[in-house]
Amino acid sequence: MGSQYAKAVVDGVLTGGVYALMAAGLTLIFGVMDIINIAQGIMVVLGAYLSYSLAVHAGLDPFLTLVVTIPALFLLGVAVEWLFMRRIPEQERTSMSILVTYAVAIVIEGVLTEVYGVDYVQLHASYVDRSVHLLGFYLPYIYLYGFALAVVLLGLIYAGLYLTRFGQALRAALQDRRAAELVGIDVDFVRTITFGVGIAVTAAGGMVFGATNSFNPNSGYDLISRLLTIVVLGGLGSISGALVAALFMLVLEDVVAVAWSPTWSTFVFFAVLVIVLTIRPVGLFGRAATRAQ
Amino acid sequence: MGSLIEIEGVSKAYGGLRALDQATFGVEEGSIAGLIGPNGSGKTTLFNVVTGYERPDAGEVRLRGEPIHLLRPDEVFARGVGRTFQLTRIFGRLSVLENMLVATQRHEGWLRSVVRRAGSQAERDRARDLLEFVGIAQLETHPAASLSYGQRRLLELAYVLVADPQVILLDEPAGGVNPSLLNHLADRIRELNDAGKTFLIVEHDMGFVMDLCARITVLDQGRVLITGSPVEVRNDPAVLDAYLGGADDEEDAA
Amino acid sequence: MNVIARLTGIAIVVAGFVAFPLVFSNPTTTSIAFFTLVFMVAATAWNVFSGLSGYIALGHAVFFGSGAYVLAITAEKWHVAAGWSAFELVPLAGLVAGLIAIPFGFVALRTRRHTFVVITIAIFFIFQLLAFNLSITGGSSGLQTPTPLWTAVGYNQRFYYVVLAILVLTVAFAWFVRRSRFGLQLLAIRDDEERALGLGVRTRRVKLTAFVLSAVPTGMVGAVWAYFLGQIFPQFAFDPLFDVTVALMAFFGGLGTIVGPLLGALVLEALQQEFTLRFSAGSVYLVVYGALFLAVVLLLPRGVVPSLASLVRRARWAR
Repeated sequence: MGSQYAKAVVDGVLTGGVYALMAAGLTLIFGVMDIINIAQGIMVVLGAYLSYSLAVHAGLDPFLTLVVTIPALFLLGVAVEWLFMRRIPEQERTSMSILVTYAVAIVIEGVLTEVYGVDYVQLHASYVDRSVHLLGFYLPYIYLYGFALAVVLLGLIYAGLYLTRFGQALRAALQDRRAAELVGIDVDFVRTITFGVGIAVTAAGGMVFGATNSFNPNSGYDLISRLLTIVVLGGLGSISGALVAALFMLVLEDVVAVAWSPTWSTFVFFAVLVIVLTIRPVGLFGRAATRAQ
Repeated sequence: MGSLIEIEGVSKAYGGLRALDQATFGVEEGSIAGLIGPNGSGKTTLFNVVTGYERPDAGEVRLRGEPIHLLRPDEVFARGVGRTFQLTRIFGRLSVLENMLVATQRHEGWLRSVVRRAGSQAERDRARDLLEFVGIAQLETHPAASLSYGQRRLLELAYVLVADPQVILLDEPAGGVNPSLLNHLADRIRELNDAGKTFLIVEHDMGFVMDLCARITVLDQGRVLITGSPVEVRNDPAVLDAYLGGADDEEDAA
Repeated sequence: MNVIARLTGIAIVVAGFVAFPLVFSNPTTTSIAFFTLVFMVAATAWNVFSGLSGYIALGHAVFFGSGAYVLAITAEKWHVAAGWSAFELVPLAGLVAGLIAIPFGFVALRTRRHTFVVITIAIFFIFQLLAFNLSITGGSSGLQTPTPLWTAVGYNQRFYYVVLAILVLTVAFAWFVRRSRFGLQLLAIRDDEERALGLGVRTRRVKLTAFVLSAVPTGMVGAVWAYFLGQIFPQFAFDPLFDVTVALMAFFGGLGTIVGPLLGALVLEALQQEFTLRFSAGSVYLVVYGALFLAVVLLLPRGVVPSLASLVRRARWAR
């Protein structure tokens, strides 16, 4: 029985890492732009479908598809930002961004349904279904590779944030937008790139998601609700918060699935958010409201 | 004789930054007091502490002897202290008159407010009188966001007056306002003062402050340098030093 | 526009609504009309809270679904006969929805606007999960509601008029709130909540009250909807698309206005039903819907009604 729990924890950590990556994108977008990107969920599904198509029609290994999908989704993010996000009036930025990104999500979902239909599909590769016998558990390779991918990409993001000049500008914009503008940082450029990066990570997350779950265009709703929960729990705008929250929630969910039942594990996922927010309305790592919204 | 407002030993720090450092002074009832100081000296922070938007790390603020530094903004407001903001805060999408009516809220139970019309005739009349008083009555139906900067300042003053506060804190009322409007504003303040209201005004515009205020307190880096009459303040070497920022020293060294 | 002209206009519109199912009695048409009215109520109610306060709630499906389940469960437990008497359960559904809104709102409104949205979504999913897993709700097989023995034409007409009655009450209520002191406070909260608080507005109470009041009509139409369909399932009673649809409708027409949600519901719901009929596949509809909304955001950012109103105003002054 104990080993079941241990396995649940390991599974939770592995999937949590992937969710952390996608959540990082979401929280970054919020932190820099005050935008809640509801489309993040469907973007993951889009990434999954793109990888799927490439794998099925071009015979590419799922990880290789990322070479195409990551830049593609980055460009999509930039396009969406330039076309729509930029036009949202400053005054009600957050509320409007919710509706606008929801509209974008709906359009994408519609397109995906038209192109792929509603049947469930899953990404397959030679090693996806095989596992390695490690520490007494059978760990599917895909989970390990996915986790490794998430770690690498998150590491790149952190490196980008703390070691490059652009990252510095981004962190400044994250801290205080007005001050950043005054110091001469091209905030528009930072925003566009940030949005692009935030979407690009969904390509990676999408590939892993698509390889470990069967999905269809409707899968976006469950995903976005989880990502939002994670991001809010960790505190909007905090990447480390998103990381901790993702790991915590996914581990908790898997443990509850073992201890209680899989159906109630999802319930716990959301219940934890409600409980935490009741006690601490700004989330675990959130900063107390300083600006008027 | 106790002052109407007593600020005693108030300190407030943000991280390593000391915004207020043992600030102590008083405001006499029925006076127009000024609060000046170079940029970053803590004037707005002091206002925030007095009106409940921020809590001091140490020290006390007393209104008629009663400590008020731990109260919420609406509680401070309920005790007759009104305040304007440096970056005017008005309700942009509401009309000028509606902005005025928001301030009349506390006179009624909240449940009944669902069925009552927004603003009785008496309240509207009073609101119009006040708009007349500050000089923007003709803009009554305009959305507040369409007002010019100076007009917004007047609107803010007007709706602070709706609740008939005994004490009014003005945060940079002259900022960005043209000279004729400024005189108009100064006259209004004097009129209200004659009627018994106490003012504490934060300002950069020296002419405005020296002209209007009977007593002036000077803040520098969170500390009170001096509290005195305009003449005393104008001639105080520490004040000159604070404003010129030690430029004299540099010249001497060169 | 003077009062007489306005009242006459309203009277004509109401008469039109009343006459509609008698003139166009085709059950397919009246069915669409029924759903449109349901959304009109939901959008108007949602607007009273979110449109005025600026707090975007994406969890009102909780009230809709709860209303639906209250009707289904009580109709069964209390052996309510099919027919007019079942409609008596509708106000009860609204009341229960309102009661649910109290703790819901209390918890959710402690947070800032951004977080508020997310917590409403989370609570929505909690309710959906409960509906799927509790035995009293029938789980994934759902529940049945009584089936009155009326003709197809008469069936639709009766339901239509019930919702119309609810709509009239809801719109009247929304109008009252809009012009009341309470409504003004909500609008002030939307523009500058902290300043409103500083001026003595009891922001917490005001927000919670609006939230609870907006839940009641939503619960009521949820109940009527359940009764109309004859069978409810958790994923339709608690449908994530419901929330965004209602929000988009209110926004499309104009947040904070009275006519806005009505217009939005009319246009968008009719559009959806037409698409489902013509193209049967729901996906093209989604694309058009989303694209339409994006176009409105870019071109008419305040929604259709306010933008048209200011165009009219500008045209008048230009003369």
